[in-house]
Amino acid sequence: MKLRALAHARTGDKGNTSNISVIAYGAADYPRLVAEVTAERVKAHFGPLIHGPVVRYELPQLAALNFVLEGALAGGVTRSLALDAHGKCLGSLLLDLELDD
Amino acid sequence: MKTIRIGSGAGYSGDRIEPAVELAERGRLDYLCFECLAERTIALAQLARLRDPAGGYDPLLVDRMQAVLPAAVRNKVRIVTNMGAANPSGAAAAIAETARRLGISGLKIAAVAGDDVLDQVRDADLPLLETGGRVADLGNRLLSANAYLGAAPIVDALAQGADIVVTGRVADPSLFLAPLIHEFGWAPDDWPLLGQGTVVGHLLECAGQVTGGYFADPGLKDVSDLARLGFPLAEVAADGTAVVTKVEGSGGLVTQATCTEQLIYELHDPTRYLTPDVTADFSGVRFAPDGRDRVRVVGGGGTARPEGYKVSLGYRDGFIGEGQMTYAGPGCVARGRLALAIVAERLKLIGVAADELRFELIGVDSVAGGAAQLLQAEPPEIRIRVAGRTGTLADAVRIGNEVEALYTNGPAAGGGAVKSAREVVAVLSTMLPRERVRPRIQMLSEVPS
Repeated sequence: MKLRALAHARTGDKGNTSNISVIAYGAADYPRLVAEVTAERVKAHFGPLIHGPVVRYELPQLAALNFVLEGALAGGVTRSLALDAHGKCLGSLLLDLELDD
Repeated sequence: MKTIRIGSGAGYSGDRIEPAVELAERGRLDYLCFECLAERTIALAQLARLRDPAGGYDPLLVDRMQAVLPAAVRNKVRIVTNMGAANPSGAAAAIAETARRLGISGLKIAAVAGDDVLDQVRDADLPLLETGGRVADLGNRLLSANAYLGAAPIVDALAQGADIVVTGRVADPSLFLAPLIHEFGWAPDDWPLLGQGTVVGHLLECAGQVTGGYFADPGLKDVSDLARLGFPLAEVAADGTAVVTKVEGSGGLVTQATCTEQLIYELHDPTRYLTPDVTADFSGVRFAPDGRDRVRVVGGGGTARPEGYKVSLGYRDGFIGEGQMTYAGPGCVARGRLALAIVAERLKLIGVAADELRFELIGVDSVAGGAAQLLQAEPPEIRIRVAGRTGTLADAVRIGNEVEALYTNGPAAGGGAVKSAREVVAVLSTMLPRERVRPRIQMLSEVPS
C-alpha cells in the first residue's frame, strides 16, 4: 500500500531546506505513520536528491508529521538549476512511499 | 467578546485580484492584508529601483489598489500590505495617485521604511547563516539587504490613524498580527498571545492556500469551483482564538485538512517558528469544525522573540542558461537521451565554462532525479532540458543555443525548442542586532481629491 492511501502532504521551502507535512486522513492511522514513516525511510526514499540530514517532528493532535530536509533544493529557489526550484513536487513524491500491507 | 475580521487579499505578488475585491465587498472586514513579497522578490525589486528610482514597488500595486479601494473605502476596511517592496514611500505615492484618480479623498496612507539596512551590513563582520563565511565575502556582488521588520511599526501607523499601511520587508505573519495588537492592545511581551496571533497570520498569509487552493487531488481531495476560489478571512477574538472562513458562495473550502496543510507549510521546528515579534509555538495548535467552511483554531503559544533581526541579502550570483526540446512517439526516450549526450559533448567542444550542469528528461527524471523509479512503460512524449550555471551571460546563452541547434543537427523529430539566459540574484541571510535597525513611518495625509 502506498502512503498516499492514508495521508496527504504539502511541501514548503526556506532557502535550501524543504519541509514536507504528512497528514493522516484519519487520526486512527497516525500511530502507523509514526511507526513506518521514519526520518531514515524518508531520506532513503529520496536518495541522492537530498544532501543533508532529515529531521522528523511529530504533531499528534493534528495527526501530522513534519519532515525537514536540509540541502534538498539544489541551492534554493533563487539559484537552483532545478525545474521545480521550490521543490513543490517533493511531497507528492513522498506519497509514493510503500507501506506494509 | 469583540472580534476583528481580517481578510487575506493575496498570497504572492502575481496572485489573482478578484478574490480580494470579493472580500472587500462582501467580507464585512475590518482589515484586508496583502502579502506580496517572496524571499527573492525584494532583491529583484531593488534592481528595478536601481534602474528607476521611482519604481521598485510591486508591479501589480496600482492594479490591485484600483480594484479594491472603492469597496474598501466604502466599507471602512483598512489595508495593510508589503507591496512597497524596495520602495514603500514610492508605493504610498502611487496609492495616493490611484485614490485621486478614483475620486477618493481623505485617505491617510502610511509608508513603513527602515527595512533597507544595506549601509548597516555592508562590510560588517556579520556571519552568513546558510553558508558560513561573512557578509563582507560577498564584496561588490552584494545588491541589497533588507531586515524582516515586525508588527510594531505597522501598529504605530494604525495608531496614527492610517487607513492604508504599505511596507517593504516585513515578516509575513506580522502583517496580520499588527491589526490584532492595535485593536486588542496586546502587550509587546505577551508571548503566548503574540504566538497565537502569529498562528492566525501564518494560516492567512498564503491567501487561497488555506481555502482549498493548492489542495485538490481528484478522487482523494476534491475541491469545488477552484476557478472562483474565495480567499480566507479570520474572525479573531481578543484572546487570539479565531475562526478561519471565507465569503459565502465563493469557491473552495475551509476544513481541518486545509488548515493543517497550511499550518505546517514552511514550518521547521513546530515549537520555534521565528518571527521578529515572537518565537511562536505551533506544537499545541488544534483545529475544530465550526460549521460549513468554518474552522476554529486555538492553542498557539510563544516565547520571547529572537534577539536580532533576520536580514535577507540579495547578491549577484552568475548566470543561468537553459534550453528545452520535445521528442515524441516510439523511441522518444532514447532520442532524448541521445540529444542530451550531444549537447553535453558540444558544450565541451565549444568550451562553455559551467560551474554546474543538469541534463534531464522532463516526464522521466527532471524532478525525481536519481530517486525516480525506472519506468516500465515508455511515455508518449518527453522533453529534454539542459540547464547550466555560468560566470558570463555569453556562456549562458550558448547553452540554450546548443539545444536549439538540435533542430538541424540532432536526433530525429525534435520540436518546440525554447531557450533562455538570465542573471541570477541569489539570497542569503544574516542577523543584525535590534538596535541597528530603525523602522520609521512616513504619513501621507489628506490626499487631495
